[in-house]
Amino acid sequence: MYALDLVNVEKSFTLHLQGGLHLPVVAGVNFAVQSGECVALAGPSGCGKSSILKMIYGGYRCDGGRILMRDGDHVIDVATASPRTIIAMRQRAVSYVSQFLRAVPRVATIDVVAQTRDDAAPGEARASAAVLLRRLNIPERLMAVPPATFSGGEQQRVNIARGFLPDRAVLLLDEPTASLDSENRAVVIDLIAEKKRRGVAVVAIIHDEEVRDAVADQIVDVATFAAA
Amino acid sequence: MIDTEDRPLLRAEALTKWYGAQIGCCDISFELYPGEVMAVVGESGSGKTTLLQLLSAQLAPSAGRVFYRMRDGVMRDLASLGEAERRFLFRTDWGYVHQEPALGLRMAVSGGANVGERLMAVGWRHYGRIRGAAKDWFERVEIARDRIDDAPTTYSGGMRQRLQIARNLVTNPRLVFMDEPTGGLDVSVQARLLDLIRGLVGELRLAAVVVTHDLAVARMLSHRIIVMKEGAAIESGLTDQVLDDPREPYTQLLVSSILPA
Repeated sequence: MYALDLVNVEKSFTLHLQGGLHLPVVAGVNFAVQSGECVALAGPSGCGKSSILKMIYGGYRCDGGRILMRDGDHVIDVATASPRTIIAMRQRAVSYVSQFLRAVPRVATIDVVAQTRDDAAPGEARASAAVLLRRLNIPERLMAVPPATFSGGEQQRVNIARGFLPDRAVLLLDEPTASLDSENRAVVIDLIAEKKRRGVAVVAIIHDEEVRDAVADQIVDVATFAAA
Repeated sequence: MIDTEDRPLLRAEALTKWYGAQIGCCDISFELYPGEVMAVVGESGSGKTTLLQLLSAQLAPSAGRVFYRMRDGVMRDLASLGEAERRFLFRTDWGYVHQEPALGLRMAVSGGANVGERLMAVGWRHYGRIRGAAKDWFERVEIARDRIDDAPTTYSGGMRQRLQIARNLVTNPRLVFMDEPTGGLDVSVQARLLDLIRGLVGELRLAAVVVTHDLAVARMLSHRIIVMKEGAAIESGLTDQVLDDPREPYTQLLVSSILPA
């Protein structure tokens, strides 16, 4: 049974400030992801991999086709869903690790991560956040500090913790290991494998071949969806 | 966070306001649900504040209607409410945070009295309890408790704004209107205030309509955005869709005009 199914998905941008320049990005995007499976999106930079992830998460609008996401007993078409439905979907069905951490100023790292567990009591959420941050080699003394001053690799690990902590049926990863050392890359590989064993459907953009080979069950070449 | 509640708290239907021959705002319709934060963005003069005043029954529309779900669950047309009912909404169920704190505060009485007054208006009489609640709220909005007996004239701009927020939230409102809540503040003070508002809105599951010309404020606080231009709502949607994938030429201009930090 698929957790996520993309049918003839299409995306383009019209840049009105550049004289109405029309930029087709992708068209005819078709792939499905089963529970417990990891699909890696491949293809050169600029071919639309991140745009596809953002459409699945509802951050970009979808210009055509359907993005069917299973949320418990329901199926949501993200392409046409209302803002309220998408917000509810993000709270229950899907989590997303973006390329860059966008955190609220002044909030401690541990809370930035714990906030994603709105199903748990604050104490429990913080305890589970601490366990995950420790696994990702974020030292205890940094957990109380807002992540704004962290290094790129540390911020990425905080971002990974944010995405991995909540228990969602679909997990979207945009280059999660891009600025990590080999030790932390290995941790992320383990974390993805654990998610898959728990039946999570994963869609990931991964340039690192070693990581891709370790986690991907299916590789989708996004260049084949290039829009005319 | 969005409630599972399926019924809207507020509904605007084709709201229109003319100032003589000048259009204030034109044909605005939307629904707001419990726990939902909607930002209204646009340049000065685009009709944002007019819309806020129509929604909060401070202005009468030239056409269109506003419905609000009262605490008994019944959806009522604001224009059909009596003066007493409207006052009740203002005192308890609604908050209104002005850009200029002096408009929302009484500057001549103490900070504690500013908070306590709202409670007395809903029937609290026990001095100790009122003072206790005021103290709690001073703590929640991060004003030192020993400033409770000082008048807000002696407070900094950021403290005054936090006091205004405490005064508004002490009665446990369900809906808060905010007009440029961080408008006149230094950037460092702004970040702290935004963080505070975001926390309180989430914790109390408030619905809010926030008028701002600052897209960073909209991104941080809101679930949804309406973009206004010359009185009309030209684009609306999920906050990250509107800001990351704007469609209308004017929205693209607004988004591209942000200076990178």
